[in-house]
Amino acid sequence: MRRRLRAAISAVWWDILGRLGLSHDRWTALPRTARRAVKAAIWTGISLLLVAFLGVWQWSALAIAAVVLVLVVPRYGGVTIRGRKVGRYIIPAGVLAIAITYPFYAYDANGVSPGLPQLPIFGTFPLMSTMVNMGIFSMMALGLNFVVGYAGLLDLGYVAFFAIGSYMAGWLASSQFSQVNLRFGGVGVIQGLTGIHISVWLVLIAAGIVTALAGVIIGLPTLRLRGDYLAIVTLGFGEILPIVARNGDSLGGFNLTNGTGGITPIDPPGFGNWFHHHLGLPANYGALGTTFDRDYFWTVLVLVLLTIFCSARLRDSRLGRAWIAIREDEVAAAAMGIPLMRTKTWAYATGAFFGGVAGAYYASYNGSSNPDEFYFQISVFILVMVILGGMGNIWGVILGACFLTYLNSEGLNNIGAWLNGHFGPGGSDFQVWHTPLDVPLYNFGIYGVILVVVMLLRPEGLIPSRRRAAEFHEGVHDQPLYDTAV
Amino acid sequence: MTEALLQTHSLRKEFGGLVAVDDVDFVVPEGAIVSLIGPNGAGKTTFFNMLTGVYKPTAGAVVFAGEDMTGKPPHAFTQRGIGRTFQNIRLFQNMTALENVLVGMHTRLKGTLFEAILRTPRVKHEEVDARVRARELLEFSGLRRKDNEIGRNLSYGDQRRLEVARALATQPKLLLLDEPTAGMNPQETAEFTDFVARLRSERGLTVLLIEHDMRVVMGVSERVTVLDYGEKIAEGTPSEIQKNERVVEAYLGTAAVSTS
Repeated sequence: MRRRLRAAISAVWWDILGRLGLSHDRWTALPRTARRAVKAAIWTGISLLLVAFLGVWQWSALAIAAVVLVLVVPRYGGVTIRGRKVGRYIIPAGVLAIAITYPFYAYDANGVSPGLPQLPIFGTFPLMSTMVNMGIFSMMALGLNFVVGYAGLLDLGYVAFFAIGSYMAGWLASSQFSQVNLRFGGVGVIQGLTGIHISVWLVLIAAGIVTALAGVIIGLPTLRLRGDYLAIVTLGFGEILPIVARNGDSLGGFNLTNGTGGITPIDPPGFGNWFHHHLGLPANYGALGTTFDRDYFWTVLVLVLLTIFCSARLRDSRLGRAWIAIREDEVAAAAMGIPLMRTKTWAYATGAFFGGVAGAYYASYNGSSNPDEFYFQISVFILVMVILGGMGNIWGVILGACFLTYLNSEGLNNIGAWLNGHFGPGGSDFQVWHTPLDVPLYNFGIYGVILVVVMLLRPEGLIPSRRRAAEFHEGVHDQPLYDTAV
Repeated sequence: MTEALLQTHSLRKEFGGLVAVDDVDFVVPEGAIVSLIGPNGAGKTTFFNMLTGVYKPTAGAVVFAGEDMTGKPPHAFTQRGIGRTFQNIRLFQNMTALENVLVGMHTRLKGTLFEAILRTPRVKHEEVDARVRARELLEFSGLRRKDNEIGRNLSYGDQRRLEVARALATQPKLLLLDEPTAGMNPQETAEFTDFVARLRSERGLTVLLIEHDMRVVMGVSERVTVLDYGEKIAEGTPSEIQKNERVVEAYLGTAAVSTS
């Protein structure tokens, strides 16, 4: 159906253009870059028109359009500087530059946007807090990508690692354990406060390591299972851990997690006074008033970059090849001398590590770790990010994570506000419904629809890895092989 | 006879009530090319899978180079030096030829997770070195300039060759080939037979073949073992096997024996 629809649309399109003297032959005779430029220009033109009519116009929209065109149109693949191939770094570097400078042009110190246009339907550009969440979820999605994208193991309980990381921050950087009084670099701690207060940077590392160990412990018994069975067992672990956290306020009389109240407040990140005075680094992220999210954002950018770095390095390593081999054909991989259990456990532990770091950072950012934040939906949410963006592809996974986090944090709200403003009670256009529509209420329904549409039109995800795309179109040659009965 | 590289002692495999391999004693001498033949369903592949650790035997033992390997996982077999190919080609279909061979080198490389992240000089050197060796292996297997070809896009014969190249990358002492010429045309088969002979002469490998094509079996192997209904019914040189009545019976039925 999809193919026929496409053919019909393209026939109509070329018929009209042909009458205008721009036939298909002349189009294909153009150089490729020119064709890309024309296509990109058409879409940019449409977007600009939408901004002008449906959003709030600002002249900066033209600057944004120019940046998009420069990034999208030329093919950078072959660019070299002094004989070194740098082409493939140009687009990531451009996107990174846009991200790093985002706090300067998007929101000033008071949280007001100084010069960006309002988008049609979606409204304002993402808030700083949303940007921080995007970073955190990108990290988690990249972590899950090790397990699902590289090694091909379906993990439905990834939220467990998020929770462990979050509680590690709660234990090591708050007043939860008032029996002890330990301080090591924790910032923003009032004199005389009891509990463990360790510098958040050390907590992030500790959380990653402990979570990776938890990954090994959970992985060892479960990774012997295949396919659906593995999914179900990981699902179980993902359910068990939040419930333990919820009921952990009296484990044999010991208050481990403070139950449903959660652990709060957790110390914010910061470098302390010495680094502040000598290197100009922010002493305490939590004490900087309304601009504090900037520091959180730049910090999470660094964490995401580290995750990307590790993802890329591991993908091209001996271990990464082994993961992909296991995903493609377990029997053949074992026959090539790859120890299945150990290799899968490494994937699990690596994925868990980044989930743990993200969890700890999340707790430190929110100042609390609460059992309500770690539900099955989060596991699915992260999995959908990976699938939607393109399993196994770093950029795809990040795109999926950012897009869904944006929708979840404010996108749906903005869309709802726009819909209600135009079609709701007292709407500026014709009124369709009479009570305001609560769009965020239907979030999971909307994600479901998005997922179904993407799976129908592009089963390999928005930016697939070349290999994964091939698998979806040709199928993987993987049959059950082990006689587990013996 | 030279020393035995691989030995089985009354190796047995049952699937429920079915005895697929029935107490087979079997020897592969070092440096030999040995064939395993038998009618369809005789238990050859099951036997093979036990020799590589994919199946765990119900009873009996597999001894490789003097070490009892019974019950060890498949990767341990590969580590000790048993390389194999599969009857129905099991390449990593979506990896390039070069990557396939690199996966084969897994046990012979040492780079760990942390070294890979830091890309230490040792790992860098090892990776470059591995790629050079992988290209050599591809060339040896007749896959020159195919390194960046995706496995699935290779021709059937090339896929077979790549499977062998990948098995060779594990640096085996013993190479197990499961019906390597299945689906090949006579010319390809002849080439492949030469290739197997070269494996021994140039690389000093011991080879164990499962084969249906009698020209290959008789042309290249010096010992032949025949399985039927999971039992070893004959063993000997190709010419002895050709004359063996039980073998003819197993292949052609009792009528063929009585009328001849």
